[in-house]
Amino acid sequence: METVKLTIDNKQIEVPKGTTIYKAAKGMGIDIPVLCYMDLHDLGVENKPAGCRICVVEVEGRRNLAPSCSTACMEGMVVKTHTPRVINARRTVMELILSDHPKDCLTCPKSGHCDLQDMAVRLGIRNIPGQEYAEMSTYKKDFSPAIIRDVDKCIMCRRCETMCNQVQTVGALSAVNRGFTAVVAPAFEQDLEKSPCTFCGQCVAVCPTGALTEVDHTAKVIRAIADPTKTVLVQTAPAVRAALGEEFGMKPGTLVTGKMAAALRKIGFDYVFDTDFAADLTIMEEGTELLDRLTRHLNGDKSVKLPILTSCCPAWVNFFEHSFTDMLDVPSSAKSPQQMFGSIAKSYFADKLGKKRDELVVVSVMPCLAKKYECQRDEFKVDGNPDVDYSISTRELAHLIKEFNINFAELPDEDFDRPLGESTGAAVIFGATGGVIEAAVRTAYEVQTGKKLEKIDFTELRGMEGIRTATIDFNGLPINIGIAHGLGNARKLLEQVRSGKANFHAIEVMACPGGCIGGGGQPLHHGDSSIIKARMEAIYREDAGKEIRKSHENPYIQQLYEEFLGKPMSETAHHLLHTHYFNRKKDVYIK
Amino acid sequence: MSHVKVELKPEQVTKIKEICKSFNNNPGELINVLHQTQGAFGYLPAEVQEVVAAELGIPVAKVYGVVTFYSFFTMLPKGKHPISVCTGTACYVRGAEKVLDEFKRILEVKVGESTPDGKFSLNCLRCVGACGLAPVVLVGDKVYGRVSPDGVKDILNEYAD
Repeated sequence: METVKLTIDNKQIEVPKGTTIYKAAKGMGIDIPVLCYMDLHDLGVENKPAGCRICVVEVEGRRNLAPSCSTACMEGMVVKTHTPRVINARRTVMELILSDHPKDCLTCPKSGHCDLQDMAVRLGIRNIPGQEYAEMSTYKKDFSPAIIRDVDKCIMCRRCETMCNQVQTVGALSAVNRGFTAVVAPAFEQDLEKSPCTFCGQCVAVCPTGALTEVDHTAKVIRAIADPTKTVLVQTAPAVRAALGEEFGMKPGTLVTGKMAAALRKIGFDYVFDTDFAADLTIMEEGTELLDRLTRHLNGDKSVKLPILTSCCPAWVNFFEHSFTDMLDVPSSAKSPQQMFGSIAKSYFADKLGKKRDELVVVSVMPCLAKKYECQRDEFKVDGNPDVDYSISTRELAHLIKEFNINFAELPDEDFDRPLGESTGAAVIFGATGGVIEAAVRTAYEVQTGKKLEKIDFTELRGMEGIRTATIDFNGLPINIGIAHGLGNARKLLEQVRSGKANFHAIEVMACPGGCIGGGGQPLHHGDSSIIKARMEAIYREDAGKEIRKSHENPYIQQLYEEFLGKPMSETAHHLLHTHYFNRKKDVYIK
Repeated sequence: MSHVKVELKPEQVTKIKEICKSFNNNPGELINVLHQTQGAFGYLPAEVQEVVAAELGIPVAKVYGVVTFYSFFTMLPKGKHPISVCTGTACYVRGAEKVLDEFKRILEVKVGESTPDGKFSLNCLRCVGACGLAPVVLVGDKVYGRVSPDGVKDILNEYAD
């Protein structure tokens, strides 16, 4: 490998040719400040528009300062990262950015988690010269069911654009207009809801300021809990327990399942249930549907659609409803675990309590923003009453816990309530990419072959690679499986299927890189993708520690079928647990 | 950017597709495609941009981003008599803004818009190389020099057919 030698802050270093000054310095323990730059190394994502100029350094012999994030090291270069000229320039750049930024930090939803705020602190900004007369760019706010755009707070770092276009290939957001009026917006500056946006929330996950935030439902949840006429149920998604601790200063990858259940009980939810229960239910329905399609296919039925595509991820559902409208009958018709839970809670469980569905309020805690969109879809309502009333993110739950004066770290471990709180290891791994299909394989294998699995861990289905494939031996019958996380990878895999190049029986898709653990509603990773890896390890740790690790062995699932549903894909199950998809493609955005 | 709603005729869609095809539907040729399309249509309404995006296989948000970045591109149709007021340095210091304001007042349009009857559209441009005649106004290809706000009415009257 060709290398170059250079000096950074009076120290010699040798780096591979092409290394940026920023990365070379980082390797020496020199932490040059960056704002627009983002490197999600484990996901192969890098955003370096060299737009903000916070990372400038002095290079001997060069007339102007160099942006270190995008300037390659050269042989013999002499770089200085903290001369008075550099420090001055950084402060001026920051002051200019702030001069066109609202000063409502105290009430901004991003306060305390804002990269811009942190940078102002770090650079010691105490004054914004000229702010009395400086003009501010203003722009309309955009309220969608999941994401709020407040573009006045945009600093044009373009991180959201990178996520939306390069990683997710959704293409909802682009930089438009120029100069002072430049903003990141959907086509024709329409609202997000009229764009191809899937509400995956990856733009929110990387936004350094309060320009992109989630719709906050905590106030509605507080009101519901205080309402004596309502019985309030909460369900928590698998990925939440692997990340919530981070909001309370715990190490990434800390599992807080027991503390979370205790906190929810303290907040005052009447029943603390688990979306994992519904994940087990999803496996029963989706796994049965897979085996049904497979059997018909093997018997020569030409009308059967394979591969079956998972349908747990609401952003993925939004994506194919927009981009693969010719394949709407390919995904599994199984509802997502969130919606299955709501549906069962407001039928089976409401009957058990002897209550009407509108006396129950179902709250979900999700690592996801698309879940906010999903729960308000019309097909998931009965007479206008939604199966899931409010969906809050992991971050919103952390807020609630703090607002309810709960010392999270000192909570004892508690368990979920029964019956809708019991779950297996198969349900937990729904939170990581590859987990849903692994859970489905654990059950489908035993149902199909009639044999007991000797090895429950299918490590060949795990990992961080964007697209993974594996063939699982179902007692002599090879089952080809595809896995994609990140919608860009899903698009690649789906295009192979559409053109007939790929021969899969089942494909799992998760919209967010890493799966739900990297969801748009999770604690912000601030560009550190090792956090997502740590959460993934936590998920598999939780699975390994579970007594029951196969969905069909969940005794409360068995009871639900005995008492209420009959068998998987029965008429009742179809009515309550399955859905259909719509063509959401809009050719003309201007109406 | 403000815009108008149009319904494309099948032959117009075909025309856009032909232009895209002449550039091998290469997304890297977006600017050239838009250039030719605007040449053919006079402007680039949203519907045209959607066809271009679909043909080149890129998000329509990207196309819109390019259209709004370059001042050459417009989403509004030009009037029968397009008026351009030079707001380059020389014209500006000699009162181009007051001239522009008078056009806006009389025609009741903003910069970039057309009158409802489609007769006049109003735009700014930067320097036509006739600084000695500042402030300069163009109507179609005809150049008017040393225009004062009082003279705006006379210019418009020339087109009162």
